[in-house]
Amino acid sequence: MATKHTLTFVLMDAPFESARTTTAFRLLHAALDRGYDVNVFAYEGAVALSFAKQAQHPNAVHGRDVAQEDHPLSKNWIAALMAHARTRGADLKWVNCGLCVDERGVGEAIEGARRGSPADCWKMAQQSTATLVIPTK
Amino acid sequence: MRGYLLIESRDPFESTGAARTCELAIQLRAAGHDVALFLVQNGVLAVRSGARRTELDKVLGTKIEVLADDFSLRERGIAPASLSGGVKAAPIDSVVERMAAGWNAIWH
Repeated sequence: MATKHTLTFVLMDAPFESARTTTAFRLLHAALDRGYDVNVFAYEGAVALSFAKQAQHPNAVHGRDVAQEDHPLSKNWIAALMAHARTRGADLKWVNCGLCVDERGVGEAIEGARRGSPADCWKMAQQSTATLVIPTK
Repeated sequence: MRGYLLIESRDPFESTGAARTCELAIQLRAAGHDVALFLVQNGVLAVRSGARRTELDKVLGTKIEVLADDFSLRERGIAPASLSGGVKAAPIDSVVERMAAGWNAIWH
């Protein structure tokens, strides 16, 4: 039987800005695909990744309405990762730094993402096989 | 002794930090650690055969494994056949695999 690992990822980038977010989500997916438990601690701009009020928009330049544009939202990617975790028997814990949330007014997170503190990050790292911090520049 | 996975995401022709990552990899290897370098995003721009990248060449001259994210390669139109010798295309799973094995993963 394969060993059950827990991996922690610490994310800093705000949504809609950097390729690092895409890479981070690919890493989360790969870990969950293996059935590993995954912790995410989001701080600074990354706390907006799970903001429930993200909304799609039309693209007037290309003449596309909201449905045609189908702009990807990070909150939906996170929800999809959480659903994927359940199918793989894995656990995805998503914790947002509360101070960073308050600074940005993004308190309404999607279901499954909770508010926490840097102490959670420390605990996650302590309880994980490995931790990867993906900082901004 | 734990292994070190250094993840380089920056364009080496734009960021001097990428060269520092190569130096760190070489130093860790010299200290006796297992070391792998995983290139991702614009970090893969140096792996085209014929590209001028002194620091990466130094890494390739050691026993350090150099991996290039296959997704990043495809995004940038870099075919696996055009990679310089010693560089292997690899899935993002390679990072997860080493983390699960207890390697220290460091992102730059």
